[in-house]
Amino acid sequence: MKRALLAVAFLLVASFLLLAAAEMRPFGAPTSSVMDDYFLGQAQAEVAANNVVTAVVFDYRGFDTLGEATVLFAAVVGVLAVFRRLREDER
Amino acid sequence: MTFVGNLPFVVSMLLVCLGLYVLLFKRNLIKMVIGVSLVETGINLFLVTLGYRAGGVAPIYTYAPVGATQVLPTPQALTLTSIVIGLATTALLLSFAILIYRHYGTLDVTEIKELKG
Amino acid sequence: MSKEMSVIVRTITRLTYVLTIVFGFYVIMHGHLTPGGGFQGGAVVASAFALFLVAFGTAGLKGRLNAHLLQSLEEIGALTFLALAFLGIGTAFFYNLLANSGTVFGVSVLPGPNPGLLNSGGTLPLMNWAVGLKVMTGIASILIAMLVGSRKEAAE
Repeated sequence: MKRALLAVAFLLVASFLLLAAAEMRPFGAPTSSVMDDYFLGQAQAEVAANNVVTAVVFDYRGFDTLGEATVLFAAVVGVLAVFRRLREDER
Repeated sequence: MTFVGNLPFVVSMLLVCLGLYVLLFKRNLIKMVIGVSLVETGINLFLVTLGYRAGGVAPIYTYAPVGATQVLPTPQALTLTSIVIGLATTALLLSFAILIYRHYGTLDVTEIKELKG
Repeated sequence: MSKEMSVIVRTITRLTYVLTIVFGFYVIMHGHLTPGGGFQGGAVVASAFALFLVAFGTAGLKGRLNAHLLQSLEEIGALTFLALAFLGIGTAFFYNLLANSGTVFGVSVLPGPNPGLLNSGGTLPLMNWAVGLKVMTGIASILIAMLVGSRKEAAE
């Protein structure tokens, strides 16, 4: 009974996702690219870098990279804290 | 109803549906961690395919072909952040799975139900 | 662990993990010219470290690497990244003060397709190194902690 209900819910969500993906805007034609055209045009003059993706990650959107570095640091500290507690339980 | 025209979008949503199937119908804890990783992979693929321009090349100027249109760089930058966050999530999930196995002796989620107070 | 990996695995690992580390440093260094950067190069070096751990176990690390050194290097990487972000605080947070300025990494770049110049980019190569160091040592710390933590659980 519970598995039948679970199967019906899963089929509903899956069909919704696949139909929404099929009905989206055509692949290969982004709706608006004003900001990205500015990045592609001005990255070599302002940032002096050939790689526009790295210029976006570290210069135009550097604040997101700071948040990502914080998430990585929190994950490392969390894993070390879990296994430090296990090691002290055995002493 | 263009399944063939929008095939990259449909494939990334198919990956998300596979991950949801694993999360709903499997009982082993490690398989559920694999399911979460599948959902994150599907979403990263969807983000990258949002920024494609027809007939475009990579947005890099080193030895670039002259006069070609370039794809949008911003979805690729956001996908980098998303991949690293997926790594952090998977590392913490796996360490908690090791902790649960140590405490209960089993990895079956239907048997890990008691709240020891 | 009483059994070790076979001779083939250990020999091939000795040959390839140094080459993989050098390739990872190349990807980090040229992040502002070719596809790559701090996160990708850091993941390449961390996978070389994972190969070394699988082939030799933690017995290969004794006397060679200290866990406290890895944690200190990760903190240095994070603090360097934050200090580079504060370098141009006179104009804005994360302002690229060293680009087009003539000092360290300050040469300007001609617009359009060109073979890349390593001396360009401003604070971008320095930030690539800080983030690459952070990702390398962070993933290495996670791998060592999980390996040692689960091994003691099996010995219980």
